[in-house]
Amino acid sequence: MSALLEVRDVTKRFGGLTAVNDVSFDVPQGSIVGLIGPNGAGKTTTFNLITGNYRADHGSVTFAGHALVGMKTHRIVKLGVARTFQNIRLFQQLTAVENVLSGRHCRTRAGVLGAMVRLPGHVREERAALQRALDEIEFVGLRERAMDLAKNLSYGDQRRLEIARALATDPKLVILDEPAGGMNEQETDQLVELIARIKARGITILLIEHDMSLVMRACEHVVVLEYGEKIAEGSPEAIQADPRVVEAYLGTEEV
Amino acid sequence: MKPRLLLGLVAALAVLAAAPLALDAYWIDVLNSVGLYALLALSLNVILGDAGLFNMGHAAFYAVGAYTTAILSTRLNLPVLWTLPLAGLAAALFAALVARPVIHLRGDYLLIVTIGMGEIVRIALVNDVFGLTGGANGIFGIPRPVLFGHRIRTPAEFYYLIWAFVLVTIFLFHRLERSRFGRALTYLREDPVAAEGSGVDTVSYKLAAFVLGAAWAGMAGTLFAAKMTIISPESFSFWESVVVFLMVILGGAGSIPGVILGAVLVVALPEAFRGFANARMLVFGLVMMVMMVFRTQGLWPLRRPRFRERDLPPARATEALSETAAGGVEAAR
Amino acid sequence: MEQLLLQLMNGLAVGGIYALIALGYTMVYGVLKLINFAHGDLFTYGGYLGLTLLTSFALQGRLGALGAIAVLTVMVMGLVGLMGVVLERAAYRPLRESPRLSAVVSALGGSIFLQNMLMLVYGARFQVYPEGLLPQTTIGLFGIQVPLVRILVVLASVVMMTALYLFVQKTKIGTAVRAAAIDQGAARLMGIDVNKVVSLVFLVGPALGGAAGLLVGLYYGQVNFTMGWTYGMKAFTAAILGGIGNIPGAMLGGFLLGVIEALGAAYLSVAWKDAIAFGVLILILIVRPTGLLGERVAEKV
Repeated sequence: MSALLEVRDVTKRFGGLTAVNDVSFDVPQGSIVGLIGPNGAGKTTTFNLITGNYRADHGSVTFAGHALVGMKTHRIVKLGVARTFQNIRLFQQLTAVENVLSGRHCRTRAGVLGAMVRLPGHVREERAALQRALDEIEFVGLRERAMDLAKNLSYGDQRRLEIARALATDPKLVILDEPAGGMNEQETDQLVELIARIKARGITILLIEHDMSLVMRACEHVVVLEYGEKIAEGSPEAIQADPRVVEAYLGTEEV
Repeated sequence: MKPRLLLGLVAALAVLAAAPLALDAYWIDVLNSVGLYALLALSLNVILGDAGLFNMGHAAFYAVGAYTTAILSTRLNLPVLWTLPLAGLAAALFAALVARPVIHLRGDYLLIVTIGMGEIVRIALVNDVFGLTGGANGIFGIPRPVLFGHRIRTPAEFYYLIWAFVLVTIFLFHRLERSRFGRALTYLREDPVAAEGSGVDTVSYKLAAFVLGAAWAGMAGTLFAAKMTIISPESFSFWESVVVFLMVILGGAGSIPGVILGAVLVVALPEAFRGFANARMLVFGLVMMVMMVFRTQGLWPLRRPRFRERDLPPARATEALSETAAGGVEAAR
Repeated sequence: MEQLLLQLMNGLAVGGIYALIALGYTMVYGVLKLINFAHGDLFTYGGYLGLTLLTSFALQGRLGALGAIAVLTVMVMGLVGLMGVVLERAAYRPLRESPRLSAVVSALGGSIFLQNMLMLVYGARFQVYPEGLLPQTTIGLFGIQVPLVRILVVLASVVMMTALYLFVQKTKIGTAVRAAAIDQGAARLMGIDVNKVVSLVFLVGPALGGAAGLLVGLYYGQVNFTMGWTYGMKAFTAAILGGIGNIPGAMLGGFLLGVIEALGAAYLSVAWKDAIAFGVLILILIVRPTGLLGERVAEKV
């Protein structure tokens, strides 16, 4: 039985720098997989290769049987792969609702004509989209801030809003790029709980994180990258004990 | 709609409808000019204001529409109003063709390319391309439009035709703003990477913005051709594009009332102050610089947000979401 | 064959002028990532100021042709350079932190303002330069008679460009300019006064443009307030062709465009001459936006 996401021998070069080198891993349906590694290891680049923001020079990415390499990002989203960004890319000047509503775009159909003429079918569609956006905002716990401008939300709230936007696209796989970035301990706890609730909806999760406590608590399987290559893979406990991983993060111990 | 707003709109419409009765032919014609420019500004607003694409060759779309009407009505004797949709279509096709290869270019590069395209169109018109455009002298003898058997001839008659079109345009574009299409343009304007990452096909929507804006400019071209009965390449120079661009920026990019205000100011003020007619462009240049330093958002900017709190339905329990997740795609369809 | 060579010389002469103007665009773009639309108008001011200074001070009579041109060049370059610095302070510096569109619109506004100011002051008709300033002789080159002026124009352009290139590559200030062009923030951290660098760029670029304007006035014998628009667009095309932000690129692009245009006008069609430059521009931006000598810059997501 093939995994929901299969990354095989993926390679990406930028000029003389090989950012990602022959990386392979699986993300089974319904699991929570973490991608960790020191800064510059190629984690976000790998994500970008999956989501179509970069095109792999070599290798393949297969999602539910579809080959993703070479596909445009919006088509990948429509297939069911949603993401959040490391540097938070919300529409800062728009409200939280409008941000999450953008996720519904690929699941609705109205065009120019529908907009101008306001056929009843399209009105229904709009209302349903709005409802769904609010539901997702409620799901991540931001209902009272639905009408606030994104730029006025706290950092932690913005991260949750991005997750709501990703969820609004009806994904089968959600890719979170450092979702705990900038969060304090309490917010991180809430995030772990949110991730569990997302899994409970039947959505598969792939995430990048630096916060080890989150990785240990939330992930079922961990893949470790260093200098663009996979150096280890396994359960969180196994990874924590792996000497290669320790060395990658901390450097060799001087005796 | 708020009662005060409704009252204001009714009053404005009343004034609009009564204006030709109170003004002489010269001023009615000024208002006709304002109307045509308002159409151009509204159409450019879709491209520049809503989608955030720097287009300074908008006069080219205007020209394509005007010349389509001129050629079809003088050579094939098609009634002018029948050429209206055809002019829009011609301009739309033209936009689709020329925008496709350059749509991915970054802001200021796109600006330069649109200037170049505008110039190429103008040069083509002057050089009598395909033997159809009449060269530097243009095309004359464009017939008047006929509506329900009545020939539209006087400035006052054109006034009602043009402004009716403007009102319809405002109505449709207002609807568009609040629709999925309008939102998509907003998303792609604010952050194209995030928009694409949310599932918006940014390339297609950028093209759609160009095509829609072009179509409307083309139809404005029909009205222009019918009103002037003579058209020549001079009316579609780079400066026309700059003037329309200025109207959008001055009034407020993305704001429908803003760009109309922009059109009114840019056309009507020089008329009111005849003295500085020569220095018109000088003042425009100065205004552009000053606006950017002191009030980038324009005189009557976009009002955000587009929803109000009471428009939002109450949130449902989280359990409902699990059901939605399974059948969510069906429900939204 | 003779026709071809003559056209080539013509193309190189015009190309040299394009190159001088293009340098202004490319230097400003390199440091500020801004297309200075008003640059073409500064070039026009060079042509007009040259004429005014020449006639007001009766330089030709007092200094003879050579002396007059030398003095004029210095005066024009200085004045137009100064205008450039003032323009930057007034219209661009306040917008350093603003979104891109603001600076672009301001630049355009500046261009419109300058151009119309010129028209109001000098009138809309062509203004003619006095005769006798440039030699009318021809010399034999590769078996044909080439007007000496054409060679002199090309020479003048090359001399100024070489001076600029050496300045940017070999002097400390020149290195500061290059540093600011690569990364403003890092340059600032290295102790480079970026504001001064920007002012310098807005002095040198427009100065060269002004010199080009003077050259046009002398070479063609007349100036017109719209020449900023045509020359400006073409010079900008040249800068893009060579690779915007790249100084040797601007030089290469200028000469190349001049030749393409001259040959195109001679062998294809004169009426579409101006369209050729625009066509080249659009083509380059579609096919190879970084230009002939430019480098690709990836965007980080």
